[in-house]
Amino acid sequence: MEFNTITESLEKINSNKISIVELNDIFINRIKKNKNLNAFIYFDEENISQQIKKIQSSKKNFKLKGIPLAIKDLFCTKNMPTTAGSKILQNFQPSYESHVSQKLLDQGSIFLGKANCDEFAMGSATNTSYYGNTINPISPRGSQLVPGGSSGGSAAAVAANLCLGATGTDTGGSIRQPASFCGVVGIKPTYGLCSRWGIIAFASSLDQAGVFANNIADTAILLREIAGHDNKDSTSANREIPNYFENLNQDMSGKVVGVPKEYILPDIPEDISKIWEQAIKSLERGGVKVKNISLPHTKYALPAYYIIAPAEASSNLARYDGVRYGFRSEEGTSLDEMYELTRSEGFGKEVKRRVLIGTYVLSAGYYEAYYMKAQKVRRLISNDFNEAFNECDFILTPTAPSPAFPIGEKEDDPIKMYLNDIFTVPASLAGIPGISIPFGKSQNGLPLGIQLLSKHFDEQLVLNAGLYLEKNNV
Amino acid sequence: MKIDKNTTLKIAKLCRIKVRDEEIEELSSQLSSILDWVEKLNEVNTDNIEPLNNVSIATLPLRKDKENLQDQSKEVLSNAPEKLENYFAVPKVVE
Repeated sequence: MEFNTITESLEKINSNKISIVELNDIFINRIKKNKNLNAFIYFDEENISQQIKKIQSSKKNFKLKGIPLAIKDLFCTKNMPTTAGSKILQNFQPSYESHVSQKLLDQGSIFLGKANCDEFAMGSATNTSYYGNTINPISPRGSQLVPGGSSGGSAAAVAANLCLGATGTDTGGSIRQPASFCGVVGIKPTYGLCSRWGIIAFASSLDQAGVFANNIADTAILLREIAGHDNKDSTSANREIPNYFENLNQDMSGKVVGVPKEYILPDIPEDISKIWEQAIKSLERGGVKVKNISLPHTKYALPAYYIIAPAEASSNLARYDGVRYGFRSEEGTSLDEMYELTRSEGFGKEVKRRVLIGTYVLSAGYYEAYYMKAQKVRRLISNDFNEAFNECDFILTPTAPSPAFPIGEKEDDPIKMYLNDIFTVPASLAGIPGISIPFGKSQNGLPLGIQLLSKHFDEQLVLNAGLYLEKNNV
Repeated sequence: MKIDKNTTLKIAKLCRIKVRDEEIEELSSQLSSILDWVEKLNEVNTDNIEPLNNVSIATLPLRKDKENLQDQSKEVLSNAPEKLENYFAVPKVVE
Protein backbone atom coordinates (compact mmCIF):
# COMPACT_ATOMS: atom_id res chain seq x y z
CA MET A 1 0.00 0.00 0.00
CA GLU A 2 1.41 3.36 -1.02
CA PHE A 3 -0.74 5.66 1.12
CA ASN A 4 -0.19 8.89 -0.74
CA THR A 5 -3.66 10.35 -0.81
CA ILE A 6 -5.97 11.65 1.91
CA THR A 7 -9.10 10.16 0.33
CA GLU A 8 -7.65 6.66 0.32
CA SER A 9 -6.15 6.96 3.80
CA LEU A 10 -9.39 8.26 5.30
CA GLU A 11 -11.25 5.36 3.77
CA LYS A 12 -8.78 2.87 5.28
CA ILE A 13 -8.83 4.56 8.69
CA ASN A 14 -12.60 4.80 8.82
CA SER A 15 -13.08 1.18 7.84
CA ASN A 16 -10.42 0.11 10.38
CA LYS A 17 -8.19 -1.40 7.69
CA ILE A 18 -5.31 0.53 9.18
CA SER A 19 -4.89 2.18 12.58
CA ILE A 20 -3.90 5.79 13.10
CA VAL A 21 -0.62 4.61 14.63
CA GLU A 22 0.15 2.34 11.67
CA LEU A 23 -0.65 5.04 9.15
CA ASN A 24 1.46 7.66 10.88
CA ASP A 25 4.33 5.22 11.41
CA ILE A 26 4.65 4.90 7.64
CA PHE A 27 5.21 8.65 7.37
CA ILE A 28 7.41 8.92 10.48
CA ASN A 29 9.72 6.28 9.00
CA ARG A 30 9.84 8.10 5.68
CA ILE A 31 10.74 11.33 7.44
CA LYS A 32 13.55 9.57 9.29
CA LYS A 33 14.85 8.07 6.04
CA ASN A 34 14.73 11.46 4.31
CA LYS A 35 16.34 13.67 6.95
CA ASN A 36 18.79 14.83 4.28
CA LEU A 37 15.98 16.77 2.56
CA ASN A 38 15.76 19.05 5.61
CA ALA A 39 12.04 19.48 5.01
CA PHE A 40 11.29 19.93 8.71
CA ILE A 41 12.58 22.41 11.25
CA TYR A 42 10.80 20.60 14.08
CA PHE A 43 10.05 16.88 14.21
CA ASP A 44 9.55 14.95 17.44
CA GLU A 45 8.12 11.43 17.59
CA GLU A 46 7.01 11.74 21.20
CA ASN A 47 4.97 14.82 20.33
CA ILE A 48 3.29 12.88 17.49
CA SER A 49 2.44 9.91 19.69
CA GLN A 50 0.82 12.25 22.26
CA GLN A 51 -1.36 13.71 19.50
CA ILE A 52 -2.33 10.25 18.29
CA LYS A 53 -3.36 9.17 21.81
CA LYS A 54 -5.62 12.18 22.09
CA ILE A 55 -7.37 11.41 18.81
CA GLN A 56 -7.72 7.72 19.63
CA SER A 57 -9.37 8.42 22.97
CA SER A 58 -11.87 10.85 21.45
CA LYS A 59 -15.30 9.78 20.27
CA LYS A 60 -15.67 12.77 17.96
CA ASN A 61 -16.52 12.30 14.32
CA PHE A 62 -13.39 13.76 12.80
CA LYS A 63 -13.19 14.74 9.13
CA LEU A 64 -9.40 14.31 8.94
CA LYS A 65 -9.05 11.50 11.46
CA GLY A 66 -5.40 10.55 11.85
CA ILE A 67 -4.29 12.28 8.65
CA PRO A 68 -0.57 13.19 8.91
CA LEU A 69 0.15 16.77 7.90
CA ALA A 70 3.12 19.15 7.84
CA ILE A 71 2.62 22.70 9.09
CA LYS A 72 4.68 25.54 7.66
CA ASP A 73 6.76 27.00 10.46
CA LEU A 74 5.03 30.35 9.98
CA PHE A 75 1.88 29.12 11.77
CA CYS A 76 1.97 29.51 15.54
CA THR A 77 1.48 26.15 17.20
CA LYS A 78 0.84 25.73 20.89
CA ASN A 79 2.54 22.37 21.21
CA MET A 80 5.48 22.93 18.91
CA PRO A 81 8.02 25.73 18.68
CA THR A 82 7.58 28.24 15.86
CA THR A 83 10.56 29.95 14.25
CA ALA A 84 9.41 31.43 10.90
CA GLY A 85 12.75 30.10 9.65
CA SER A 86 14.52 32.85 11.60
CA LYS A 87 17.21 32.91 14.23
CA ILE A 88 15.34 35.73 15.92
CA LEU A 89 12.54 33.28 16.83
CA GLN A 90 14.78 30.38 17.77
CA ASN A 91 13.15 28.54 20.71
CA PHE A 92 9.99 30.64 20.44
CA GLN A 93 7.08 28.70 21.92
CA PRO A 94 3.74 30.34 21.08
CA SER A 95 1.15 30.30 23.84
CA TYR A 96 -1.65 30.00 21.30
CA GLU A 97 -2.58 28.11 18.16
CA SER A 98 -3.17 29.79 14.78
CA HIS A 99 -6.79 29.69 13.65
CA VAL A 100 -6.00 27.61 10.56
CA SER A 101 -3.93 24.99 12.39
CA GLN A 102 -6.53 24.84 15.19
CA LYS A 103 -9.19 24.00 12.62
CA LEU A 104 -7.03 21.16 11.29
CA LEU A 105 -6.44 19.85 14.83
CA ASP A 106 -10.18 20.06 15.56
CA GLN A 107 -10.73 17.62 12.68
CA GLY A 108 -8.36 15.04 14.13
CA SER A 109 -5.35 15.52 11.88
CA ILE A 110 -1.86 14.76 13.17
CA PHE A 111 0.91 17.36 12.87
CA LEU A 112 4.10 15.50 12.04
CA GLY A 113 6.19 18.62 12.43
CA LYS A 114 6.95 22.16 11.37
CA ALA A 115 8.04 22.55 7.77
CA ASN A 116 11.07 24.56 6.75
CA CYS A 117 10.52 27.88 4.97
CA ASP A 118 12.34 31.01 3.92
CA GLU A 119 12.96 33.38 6.79
CA PHE A 120 9.68 35.20 7.50
CA ALA A 121 8.50 33.76 4.15
CA MET A 122 10.87 36.05 2.27
CA GLY A 123 12.38 34.03 -0.52
CA SER A 124 11.75 31.84 -3.53
CA ALA A 125 14.10 28.92 -2.85
CA THR A 126 13.90 28.10 0.89
CA ASN A 127 17.52 29.22 0.97
CA THR A 128 17.04 32.10 3.41
CA SER A 129 16.00 29.80 6.28
CA TYR A 130 18.33 30.02 9.27
CA TYR A 131 17.84 26.25 9.59
CA GLY A 132 19.39 25.44 6.22
CA ASN A 133 18.20 24.76 2.67
CA THR A 134 15.48 22.26 1.96
CA ILE A 135 16.40 19.95 -0.92
CA ASN A 136 13.84 19.28 -3.61
CA PRO A 137 13.05 15.53 -3.48
CA ILE A 138 12.79 15.37 -7.26
CA SER A 139 16.47 16.34 -7.63
CA PRO A 140 18.13 13.97 -10.11
CA ARG A 141 20.92 11.81 -8.69
CA GLY A 142 24.04 13.83 -8.03
CA SER A 143 22.31 17.21 -7.97
CA GLN A 144 20.59 19.32 -5.36
CA LEU A 145 17.73 21.46 -6.59
CA VAL A 146 15.79 24.06 -4.61
CA PRO A 147 12.18 23.23 -3.69
CA GLY A 148 11.09 26.79 -4.43
CA GLY A 149 9.87 29.03 -1.68
CA SER A 150 8.92 30.31 0.64
CA SER A 151 6.83 27.24 1.59
CA GLY A 152 9.56 24.92 0.26
CA GLY A 153 9.60 22.52 3.22
CA SER A 154 5.84 21.98 2.91
CA ALA A 155 6.00 21.34 -0.84
CA ALA A 156 9.01 19.03 -0.51
CA ALA A 157 7.39 17.07 2.33
CA VAL A 158 4.28 16.41 0.24
CA ALA A 159 6.31 15.58 -2.87
CA ALA A 160 8.50 13.09 -0.98
CA ASN A 161 5.43 11.52 0.65
CA LEU A 162 6.57 12.52 4.14
CA CYS A 163 2.98 13.59 4.87
CA LEU A 164 -0.39 13.56 3.11
CA GLY A 165 -0.82 17.31 2.96
CA ALA A 166 0.70 20.51 4.24
CA THR A 167 -0.16 24.07 5.05
CA GLY A 168 1.61 26.95 3.39
CA THR A 169 1.30 30.68 3.10
CA ASP A 170 1.43 32.69 -0.09
CA THR A 171 2.23 36.40 -0.21
CA GLY A 172 3.52 36.66 -3.78
CA GLY A 173 3.73 33.04 -4.91
CA SER A 174 5.04 31.19 -1.87
CA ILE A 175 2.63 28.27 -2.31
CA ARG A 176 2.20 28.13 -6.08
CA GLN A 177 5.88 28.41 -7.09
CA PRO A 178 7.16 25.63 -4.74
CA ALA A 179 4.18 23.45 -5.77
CA SER A 180 5.34 23.87 -9.36
CA PHE A 181 9.00 23.14 -8.51
CA CYS A 182 8.16 19.99 -6.51
CA GLY A 183 5.39 18.61 -8.73
CA VAL A 184 2.49 18.85 -6.29
CA VAL A 185 -0.78 20.78 -6.13
CA GLY A 186 -0.76 24.07 -4.21
CA ILE A 187 -3.61 26.54 -3.78
CA LYS A 188 -3.56 30.15 -2.62
CA PRO A 189 -7.16 31.01 -1.92
CA THR A 190 -8.84 34.40 -2.18
CA TYR A 191 -7.49 36.98 0.26
CA GLY A 192 -9.87 36.70 3.21
CA LEU A 193 -11.00 33.09 2.71
CA CYS A 194 -8.85 31.93 5.64
CA SER A 195 -8.02 33.66 8.88
CA ARG A 196 -4.51 35.06 9.23
CA TRP A 197 -4.73 34.98 13.02
CA GLY A 198 -1.68 33.28 14.47
CA ILE A 199 0.24 33.29 11.19
CA ILE A 200 3.47 35.22 11.60
CA ALA A 201 2.85 38.35 9.55
CA PHE A 202 4.98 39.26 6.53
CA ALA A 203 2.86 41.58 4.34
CA SER A 204 -0.60 41.70 5.86
CA SER A 205 -2.51 42.96 2.82
CA LEU A 206 -1.16 40.03 0.76
CA ASP A 207 -0.54 37.10 3.16
CA GLN A 208 -2.93 34.21 2.78
CA ALA A 209 -2.92 30.63 4.06
CA GLY A 210 -3.33 27.71 1.71
CA VAL A 211 -2.52 24.05 1.27
CA PHE A 212 -0.42 21.53 -0.63
CA ALA A 213 -1.51 18.01 -1.55
CA ASN A 214 -0.78 15.28 -4.05
CA ASN A 215 -3.96 15.79 -6.04
CA ILE A 216 -6.96 18.05 -6.51
CA ALA A 217 -9.36 15.92 -4.44
CA ASP A 218 -7.10 16.10 -1.37
CA THR A 219 -6.54 19.82 -1.93
CA ALA A 220 -10.31 20.35 -2.00
CA ILE A 221 -10.72 18.42 1.26
CA LEU A 222 -8.02 20.37 3.09
CA LEU A 223 -9.06 23.76 1.73
CA ARG A 224 -12.56 23.41 3.11
CA GLU A 225 -11.21 22.64 6.56
CA ILE A 226 -8.93 25.68 6.78
CA ALA A 227 -11.38 28.18 5.23
CA GLY A 228 -13.86 30.27 7.16
CA HIS A 229 -14.51 33.43 9.09
CA ASP A 230 -12.71 34.19 12.31
CA ASN A 231 -13.66 36.97 14.70
CA LYS A 232 -10.01 37.55 15.42
CA ASP A 233 -9.20 38.50 11.80
CA SER A 234 -11.45 41.27 10.55
CA THR A 235 -10.23 40.77 6.97
CA SER A 236 -11.54 37.19 6.94
CA ALA A 237 -14.76 36.99 4.97
CA ASN A 238 -17.98 35.92 6.64
CA ARG A 239 -19.48 33.65 4.04
CA GLU A 240 -20.60 30.10 3.49
CA ILE A 241 -17.74 27.73 2.65
CA PRO A 242 -18.73 25.31 -0.13
CA ASN A 243 -17.97 21.61 0.07
CA TYR A 244 -15.25 21.86 -2.57
CA PHE A 245 -14.65 18.12 -2.59
CA GLU A 246 -18.27 17.05 -3.11
CA ASN A 247 -18.75 19.78 -5.69
CA LEU A 248 -15.75 18.70 -7.79
CA ASN A 249 -16.81 18.46 -11.41
CA GLN A 250 -14.39 18.09 -14.26
CA ASP A 251 -16.92 18.86 -16.96
CA MET A 252 -15.56 22.14 -18.27
CA SER A 253 -17.60 22.39 -21.46
CA GLY A 254 -18.94 25.85 -22.16
CA LYS A 255 -16.41 27.58 -19.91
CA VAL A 256 -14.14 30.29 -21.28
CA VAL A 257 -10.43 30.29 -20.45
CA GLY A 258 -8.46 33.51 -20.78
CA VAL A 259 -4.87 33.40 -22.02
CA PRO A 260 -3.11 36.69 -21.20
CA LYS A 261 -0.73 37.85 -23.90
CA GLU A 262 1.42 39.75 -21.38
CA TYR A 263 2.50 36.44 -19.86
CA ILE A 264 4.20 35.48 -23.12
CA LEU A 265 7.75 36.54 -22.32
CA PRO A 266 10.72 36.34 -24.69
CA ASP A 267 13.09 34.62 -22.27
CA ILE A 268 10.76 31.89 -21.03
CA PRO A 269 12.18 28.42 -21.77
CA GLU A 270 10.57 26.63 -24.65
CA ASP A 271 9.39 23.68 -22.57
CA ILE A 272 7.30 26.01 -20.42
CA SER A 273 5.64 27.62 -23.43
CA LYS A 274 5.03 24.12 -24.73
CA ILE A 275 3.19 22.82 -21.66
CA TRP A 276 1.17 26.04 -21.57
CA GLU A 277 0.13 25.41 -25.16
CA GLN A 278 -0.65 21.77 -24.36
CA ALA A 279 -2.82 22.74 -21.38
CA ILE A 280 -4.78 25.14 -23.60
CA LYS A 281 -5.26 22.42 -26.24
CA SER A 282 -6.29 19.95 -23.56
CA LEU A 283 -8.96 22.31 -22.21
CA GLU A 284 -10.15 22.97 -25.77
CA ARG A 285 -10.70 19.26 -26.27
CA GLY A 286 -12.87 19.34 -23.16
CA GLY A 287 -15.18 21.93 -24.72
CA VAL A 288 -13.54 25.02 -23.22
CA LYS A 289 -13.52 28.13 -25.36
CA VAL A 290 -10.13 29.85 -25.54
CA LYS A 291 -10.02 33.62 -25.45
CA ASN A 292 -6.92 35.77 -25.82
CA ILE A 293 -7.06 38.42 -23.14
CA SER A 294 -4.94 41.35 -22.03
CA LEU A 295 -3.76 42.24 -18.52
CA PRO A 296 -1.93 45.40 -19.58
CA HIS A 297 -0.22 46.25 -16.27
CA THR A 298 1.30 42.81 -15.71
CA LYS A 299 4.90 43.98 -16.06
CA TYR A 300 4.44 46.46 -13.23
CA ALA A 301 3.20 43.86 -10.76
CA LEU A 302 6.62 42.76 -9.50
CA PRO A 303 7.97 46.30 -8.94
CA ALA A 304 4.72 47.28 -7.17
CA TYR A 305 4.96 44.14 -5.05
CA TYR A 306 8.56 44.87 -4.10
CA ILE A 307 7.48 48.20 -2.67
CA ILE A 308 4.28 47.11 -0.95
CA ALA A 309 5.51 43.84 0.57
CA PRO A 310 8.75 45.22 2.07
CA ALA A 311 6.88 48.30 3.34
CA GLU A 312 4.39 46.15 5.21
CA ALA A 313 7.16 43.80 6.33
CA SER A 314 9.25 46.61 7.78
CA SER A 315 6.28 47.54 9.91
CA ASN A 316 5.31 43.97 10.87
CA LEU A 317 8.87 43.02 11.77
CA ALA A 318 9.33 46.02 14.06
CA ARG A 319 8.06 43.82 16.89
CA TYR A 320 11.22 41.68 16.92
CA ASP A 321 13.21 43.78 19.33
CA GLY A 322 14.62 41.25 21.76
CA VAL A 323 12.31 42.35 24.58
CA ARG A 324 9.24 40.14 24.67
CA TYR A 325 10.24 36.97 22.85
CA GLY A 326 12.90 35.39 20.74
CA PHE A 327 16.58 36.05 20.48
CA ARG A 328 18.33 38.93 22.26
CA SER A 329 21.91 39.94 21.57
CA GLU A 330 24.18 39.72 24.57
CA GLU A 331 26.40 42.52 23.32
CA GLY A 332 24.54 45.82 23.64
CA THR A 333 24.83 47.90 26.78
CA SER A 334 22.23 50.58 26.03
CA LEU A 335 18.62 49.85 25.01
CA ASP A 336 19.15 51.20 21.49
CA GLU A 337 22.28 49.14 21.06
CA MET A 338 20.45 46.06 22.26
CA TYR A 339 17.69 46.63 19.65
CA GLU A 340 20.16 47.22 16.84
CA LEU A 341 22.39 44.28 17.61
CA THR A 342 19.49 41.92 18.27
CA ARG A 343 17.97 42.73 14.88
CA SER A 344 21.31 42.72 13.11
CA GLU A 345 22.31 39.31 14.51
CA GLY A 346 18.79 37.85 14.55
CA PHE A 347 17.70 38.63 10.97
CA GLY A 348 19.28 37.15 7.86
CA LYS A 349 20.50 39.12 4.84
CA GLU A 350 17.32 39.01 2.74
CA VAL A 351 15.09 40.01 5.64
CA LYS A 352 17.38 42.93 6.44
CA ARG A 353 17.37 44.07 2.81
CA ARG A 354 13.60 44.06 2.73
CA VAL A 355 13.20 45.81 6.07
CA LEU A 356 15.63 48.49 4.85
CA ILE A 357 13.80 48.91 1.53
CA GLY A 358 10.47 49.02 3.35
CA THR A 359 11.73 51.60 5.80
CA TYR A 360 13.06 53.73 2.96
CA VAL A 361 9.88 53.71 0.86
CA LEU A 362 7.79 54.60 3.90
CA SER A 363 10.11 57.32 5.12
CA ALA A 364 9.24 61.01 5.02
CA GLY A 365 9.65 62.46 1.54
CA TYR A 366 9.49 59.10 -0.26
CA TYR A 367 6.13 57.73 0.88
CA GLU A 368 4.17 59.33 -1.98
CA ALA A 369 6.71 58.55 -4.67
CA TYR A 370 7.03 54.88 -3.80
CA TYR A 371 4.37 53.48 -1.51
CA MET A 372 1.37 55.47 -2.75
CA LYS A 373 2.49 55.02 -6.34
CA ALA A 374 2.70 51.26 -5.85
CA GLN A 375 -0.76 51.15 -4.31
CA LYS A 376 -2.16 53.04 -7.28
CA VAL A 377 -0.53 50.59 -9.67
CA ARG A 378 -1.98 47.81 -7.52
CA ARG A 379 -5.44 49.25 -8.26
CA LEU A 380 -4.71 49.16 -12.00
CA ILE A 381 -3.58 45.54 -11.79
CA SER A 382 -6.71 44.63 -9.89
CA ASN A 383 -8.84 46.47 -12.49
CA ASP A 384 -7.09 44.49 -15.25
CA PHE A 385 -8.34 41.25 -13.71
CA ASN A 386 -11.86 42.59 -13.17
CA GLU A 387 -12.06 43.52 -16.82
CA ALA A 388 -10.58 40.22 -17.94
CA PHE A 389 -13.19 38.30 -15.97
CA ASN A 390 -15.89 40.02 -18.00
CA GLU A 391 -14.55 38.08 -20.96
CA CYS A 392 -13.53 34.77 -19.43
CA ASP A 393 -14.32 32.49 -16.48
CA PHE A 394 -10.77 31.65 -15.52
CA ILE A 395 -7.21 32.40 -16.60
CA LEU A 396 -4.45 29.95 -17.50
CA THR A 397 -0.73 30.77 -17.24
CA PRO A 398 2.50 28.98 -16.38
CA THR A 399 3.20 29.04 -12.62
CA ALA A 400 6.90 29.87 -12.74
CA PRO A 401 9.35 31.03 -15.40
CA SER A 402 11.64 28.00 -14.89
CA PRO A 403 11.71 24.53 -13.40
CA ALA A 404 13.54 23.99 -10.09
CA PHE A 405 17.11 25.30 -10.25
CA PRO A 406 20.26 24.18 -8.40
CA ILE A 407 20.82 25.30 -4.82
CA GLY A 408 23.10 28.34 -4.80
CA GLU A 409 21.92 29.74 -8.13
CA LYS A 410 20.52 33.33 -8.23
CA GLU A 411 21.70 33.94 -4.67
CA ASP A 412 24.08 36.74 -5.55
CA ASP A 413 21.40 38.82 -7.27
CA PRO A 414 18.21 39.65 -5.31
CA ILE A 415 16.31 40.84 -8.39
CA LYS A 416 17.01 37.62 -10.29
CA MET A 417 15.51 35.73 -7.36
CA TYR A 418 12.49 38.05 -7.28
CA LEU A 419 11.73 37.24 -10.94
CA ASN A 420 10.68 33.74 -9.85
CA ASP A 421 7.34 35.24 -8.85
CA ILE A 422 6.67 37.03 -12.12
CA PHE A 423 3.55 34.94 -12.92
CA THR A 424 2.24 34.59 -9.37
CA VAL A 425 2.52 38.12 -7.94
CA PRO A 426 -0.25 39.78 -10.04
CA ALA A 427 -2.95 37.50 -8.56
CA SER A 428 -1.61 38.19 -5.06
CA LEU A 429 -1.92 41.94 -5.59
CA ALA A 430 -5.51 41.49 -6.82
CA GLY A 431 -6.35 39.07 -3.98
CA ILE A 432 -7.82 36.48 -6.35
CA PRO A 433 -7.41 32.70 -5.93
CA GLY A 434 -4.69 30.81 -7.76
CA ILE A 435 -3.75 27.18 -7.95
CA SER A 436 -0.70 25.47 -9.37
CA ILE A 437 -1.05 21.94 -10.65
CA PRO A 438 1.69 19.71 -12.02
CA PHE A 439 1.44 19.56 -15.79
CA GLY A 440 3.99 18.07 -18.15
CA LYS A 441 7.74 17.93 -17.63
CA SER A 442 10.76 20.00 -18.61
CA GLN A 443 13.29 18.77 -21.16
CA ASN A 444 15.29 17.35 -18.26
CA GLY A 445 12.30 15.57 -16.80
CA LEU A 446 11.62 18.07 -14.00
CA PRO A 447 8.05 18.86 -12.98
CA LEU A 448 6.40 22.01 -14.32
CA GLY A 449 3.28 23.75 -13.09
CA ILE A 450 0.29 25.38 -14.68
CA GLN A 451 -1.47 28.19 -12.84
CA LEU A 452 -5.23 28.71 -12.87
CA LEU A 453 -6.76 31.97 -11.64
CA SER A 454 -10.38 32.87 -11.05
CA LYS A 455 -12.61 35.56 -9.55
CA HIS A 456 -12.64 36.28 -5.83
CA PHE A 457 -14.03 33.28 -3.91
CA ASP A 458 -14.40 31.11 -7.00
CA GLU A 459 -11.98 28.49 -5.69
CA GLN A 460 -14.36 25.79 -6.95
CA LEU A 461 -13.76 26.76 -10.56
CA VAL A 462 -9.96 26.54 -10.39
CA LEU A 463 -10.28 23.24 -8.51
CA ASN A 464 -12.61 21.91 -11.22
CA ALA A 465 -10.38 23.10 -14.05
CA GLY A 466 -7.40 21.68 -12.13
CA LEU A 467 -9.17 18.34 -11.86
CA TYR A 468 -9.82 18.35 -15.59
CA LEU A 469 -6.13 19.02 -16.33
CA GLU A 470 -5.05 16.43 -13.76
CA LYS A 471 -7.11 13.80 -15.58
CA ASN A 472 -5.97 15.03 -18.99
CA ASN A 473 -2.29 15.62 -18.28
CA VAL A 474 0.25 15.18 -21.05
CA MET B 1 17.58 56.14 -6.86
CA LYS B 2 21.19 56.01 -5.82
CA ILE B 3 21.49 55.06 -2.17
CA ASP B 4 24.78 56.30 -0.76
CA LYS B 5 26.45 55.02 2.38
CA ASN B 6 25.02 57.76 4.55
CA THR B 7 21.48 57.05 3.41
CA THR B 8 21.96 53.34 4.13
CA LEU B 9 23.16 54.18 7.62
CA LYS B 10 20.26 56.56 8.13
CA ILE B 11 17.64 53.97 7.10
CA ALA B 12 19.39 51.31 9.16
CA LYS B 13 19.18 53.59 12.18
CA LEU B 14 15.48 54.23 11.54
CA CYS B 15 14.70 50.49 11.60
CA ARG B 16 17.21 49.70 14.36
CA ILE B 17 19.44 47.36 12.40
CA LYS B 18 23.17 47.63 13.02
CA VAL B 19 25.10 47.59 9.75
CA ARG B 20 28.76 46.63 9.98
CA ASP B 21 31.29 48.80 8.14
CA GLU B 22 32.24 46.02 5.74
CA GLU B 23 28.55 45.50 4.80
CA ILE B 24 27.69 49.10 3.93
CA GLU B 25 29.06 49.22 0.41
CA GLU B 26 27.45 46.02 -0.88
CA LEU B 27 24.17 46.80 0.87
CA SER B 28 24.03 50.33 -0.57
CA SER B 29 24.56 49.03 -4.07
CA GLN B 30 21.92 46.29 -3.65
CA LEU B 31 19.39 48.77 -2.29
CA SER B 32 20.16 51.12 -5.18
CA SER B 33 19.57 48.48 -7.81
CA ILE B 34 16.33 47.32 -6.18
CA LEU B 35 15.06 50.91 -6.08
CA ASP B 36 16.17 51.53 -9.67
CA TRP B 37 14.21 48.47 -10.67
CA VAL B 38 10.98 49.41 -8.84
CA GLU B 39 11.15 52.91 -10.30
CA LYS B 40 9.85 51.37 -13.51
CA LEU B 41 6.47 52.24 -11.97
CA ASN B 42 7.06 55.87 -12.98
CA GLU B 43 6.18 54.85 -16.55
CA VAL B 44 2.60 54.25 -15.44
CA ASN B 45 0.11 57.10 -15.51
CA THR B 46 -1.72 56.94 -12.19
CA ASP B 47 -3.49 60.31 -12.32
CA ASN B 48 -6.89 60.10 -10.60
CA ILE B 49 -6.32 56.50 -9.54
CA GLU B 50 -7.35 55.61 -6.00
CA PRO B 51 -4.64 53.69 -4.13
CA LEU B 52 -5.65 50.10 -3.37
CA ASN B 53 -4.64 49.14 0.14
CA ASN B 54 -7.13 46.44 0.98
CA VAL B 55 -8.52 43.69 -1.25
CA SER B 56 -10.66 42.12 1.45
CA ILE B 57 -14.41 42.23 0.93
CA ALA B 58 -14.99 41.99 4.67
CA THR B 59 -16.49 45.05 6.32
CA LEU B 60 -15.11 45.98 9.69
CA PRO B 61 -17.50 44.43 12.17
CA LEU B 62 -18.77 46.09 15.33
CA ARG B 63 -18.77 44.21 18.59
CA LYS B 64 -20.17 44.75 22.03
CA ASP B 65 -17.85 46.82 24.17
CA LYS B 66 -17.52 44.08 26.75
CA GLU B 67 -14.44 43.56 28.82
CA ASN B 68 -12.72 40.22 28.51
CA LEU B 69 -10.23 40.11 31.32
CA GLN B 70 -7.93 37.17 31.47
CA ASP B 71 -4.68 37.12 33.33
CA GLN B 72 -2.25 35.75 30.75
CA SER B 73 0.83 37.42 32.16
CA LYS B 74 2.50 34.07 32.74
CA GLU B 75 2.06 33.01 29.09
CA VAL B 76 2.97 36.46 27.84
CA LEU B 77 6.18 36.49 29.86
CA SER B 78 7.10 32.89 29.14
CA ASN B 79 9.17 33.75 26.05
CA ALA B 80 10.91 36.81 27.45
CA PRO B 81 14.71 36.73 27.03
CA GLU B 82 14.93 38.46 30.38
CA LYS B 83 12.28 39.15 33.00
CA LEU B 84 12.11 40.51 36.48
CA GLU B 85 9.13 39.54 38.64
CA ASN B 86 6.13 40.28 36.40
CA TYR B 87 7.97 42.54 33.98
CA PHE B 88 10.07 42.38 30.83
CA ALA B 89 13.61 43.49 31.64
CA VAL B 90 15.70 45.65 29.30
CA PRO B 91 19.10 47.35 29.61
CA LYS B 92 19.05 50.35 31.90
CA VAL B 93 17.54 53.45 30.23
CA VAL B 94 17.86 56.09 32.95
CA GLU B 95 21.17 56.66 34.66
